[in-house]
Amino acid sequence: MPSGRYIDPMSIWSYANPVKFLTLSARVQPVLWAAALLSIGIGLAWGFFGTPDDARQGSTVKIIYLHVPAALMAINAWFMMLVASLIWLIRRHHVSALAAKAAAPVGVVMTLIALVTGAIWGQPMWGTWWAWDPRLTSFLILFLFYLGYIALWEAVEDPDTAADLTSVLCLVGSVFAVLSRYAVQFWNQGLHQGTSVPVATGGRTVADVFFYPLVLCMVGFALLFVALVFTRTSTEIRLRRAAALRARAVREV
Amino acid sequence: MDVQITDLSLARGGVPVLAGVTMSLPAGQAVILRGPNGAGKTTLLRAIAGLQPALSGRITGAEDRIAYAAHADGVKSMLTVRENLTFWADVFGAGGIDAAIEAYALAPLADRLAATLSAGQKRRLGLARLLVTGRPVWVLDEPTVSLDTGAVAMFADAVRAHLAQGGSALIATHIDLGLEAEVFDLTPFKATATTQAGATDEAFL
Amino acid sequence: MKALLLRDLRLALRAGGGFGLALAFFLIVIVLVPFAIGPDPELLRAVAPGVLWLGALLACLLSLDRLLALDFEDGTLELLATAPLPLEGALTIKALAHWLTTGLPLVIVSSVLGVMLGLPSAGYLWVVVSLGLGTPALSVIGTFGAALTVGVKRGGLLMSLLVLPLYVPTLIFGAEAARRGALGLDATTPLLMLAGITCGVVACMPFASAAVLRMGLR
Repeated sequence: MPSGRYIDPMSIWSYANPVKFLTLSARVQPVLWAAALLSIGIGLAWGFFGTPDDARQGSTVKIIYLHVPAALMAINAWFMMLVASLIWLIRRHHVSALAAKAAAPVGVVMTLIALVTGAIWGQPMWGTWWAWDPRLTSFLILFLFYLGYIALWEAVEDPDTAADLTSVLCLVGSVFAVLSRYAVQFWNQGLHQGTSVPVATGGRTVADVFFYPLVLCMVGFALLFVALVFTRTSTEIRLRRAAALRARAVREV
Repeated sequence: MDVQITDLSLARGGVPVLAGVTMSLPAGQAVILRGPNGAGKTTLLRAIAGLQPALSGRITGAEDRIAYAAHADGVKSMLTVRENLTFWADVFGAGGIDAAIEAYALAPLADRLAATLSAGQKRRLGLARLLVTGRPVWVLDEPTVSLDTGAVAMFADAVRAHLAQGGSALIATHIDLGLEAEVFDLTPFKATATTQAGATDEAFL
Repeated sequence: MKALLLRDLRLALRAGGGFGLALAFFLIVIVLVPFAIGPDPELLRAVAPGVLWLGALLACLLSLDRLLALDFEDGTLELLATAPLPLEGALTIKALAHWLTTGLPLVIVSSVLGVMLGLPSAGYLWVVVSLGLGTPALSVIGTFGAALTVGVKRGGLLMSLLVLPLYVPTLIFGAEAARRGALGLDATTPLLMLAGITCGVVACMPFASAAVLRMGLR
């Protein structure tokens, strides 16, 4: 039988206080949003207009300011979901489960941005929209994991059961995502004998003049992600609150 | 060993339904669980069976001692009556199925596929399963649904024999089984808006 | 445990048990492949190991739907959860029964279907060995997917969406081993990786499956 069968009523509420979270979130959200939009705005403008064209890649290289930060946040969003899921499973912290739920659509959009900008970048650079390169393929698999995670949240009716199931899926999925990453690397080398196109490594070896606006964009995307998660988590909490009020009204009839 | 329930609170679908349930189920006795629809009878029985976590409170003496029977009988329609019973007897490691077949007059049906049984016959098979588990505490949710009077009498006899052997039974039912049993009404334990227990949606208010 | 295994095997073999459905599906997929990509023997020979693996994987996936859903509907799962048998063990046994009634026949049939795709003679051994090593992992991972979606009405499609990404590493190493074998290359590395995945998954997944099943049964 599950060990957590009897739950001590006192241990939970001190850690999960949605009302407290809403207050905090209302206070930090304006700051986060302002900082995120400011740094992304400056970073993108600087990157697009304030840097010279690359000698080899021309102006196409500038898509890096969207591509790299989005790819970074696509992975970090999953990592954040993993941590939030663990907190939910261990401490039964409602806000944590809802934060994981809130982060998933953001993560999926980041993954999509990374994939699409990668395709747009790839077309002029290596003459194809898509190559079965390990990095690209890993992101595609990550995208599928996000879709499954979101679909499971949508499919389970009871919110706490949904939180439990998605948390375990996130844990197991993380293990398999890492496995897939290495499997894909192995598979591609096995197929193409190392002829794969060097993707995204270009972004890491850029000169300072490209690098500073890139860092600013990465910071901006990270802030944007945090701001979005705060906003979306607050929304999820309000939805649960509305549901609780409805349930209470029904019960008192 | 008695089953003892202390100050138990339970939720269903994120809403507390029962609060402060305290009762005991002594060996050799049956308790009839009553309460209007939605009072939480099924929720309580599932919690005792270990299928559902409690918000707060304790249940002792139930773990690995209960045999649970709910609306679904767990009967496989493509197995014969005998095969169905033998399977559960093997899973619980309790031995023979002859007594169970006899108690519910299943002998004429023993080699028929469960798919060909009527609803009442299937129910008898589901109740016969309790006898092959060898478990001392029966936790039964509306066991007499779709049984005719003859079959209800068989069931009552089976419960009496079980109690005589020192077993106990907690039965949620609306009909009179003719058993010497204490009645436990759940109505006073209905959760109210002031119930602040455990991980429910109330946390969001 | 033996009782559960025997019961599951018996149920699978009885009418309506679904034994053979997965095999028929596998056969149809293999037959449809030449229709889709053309009858060119060279092309078919090149894709044969991968197509056999993909067909086996899909056939496995198709049959997962019945693995726990039927037992959930008639209440058997709830009764099993209250039985002395640990749920982890019960799910391992159910995965084993699924493998015996689906994976193993697929492995045997795959060598015959290889003929239809013109699989090079060197490849038969490797296709059979890689499928034999890999299909247990498919059954065990599939059990996890089935346990995740057990309480979801019409969860079949959702389960496919959840399980398929989890199948990626198994498919990659399995199909790679078969492909290398068919080309006459050394297939040891992917085979060892595949065996590693199967061992790891058989050892760890039942705990995750039982955990999510308990949550789903609440």
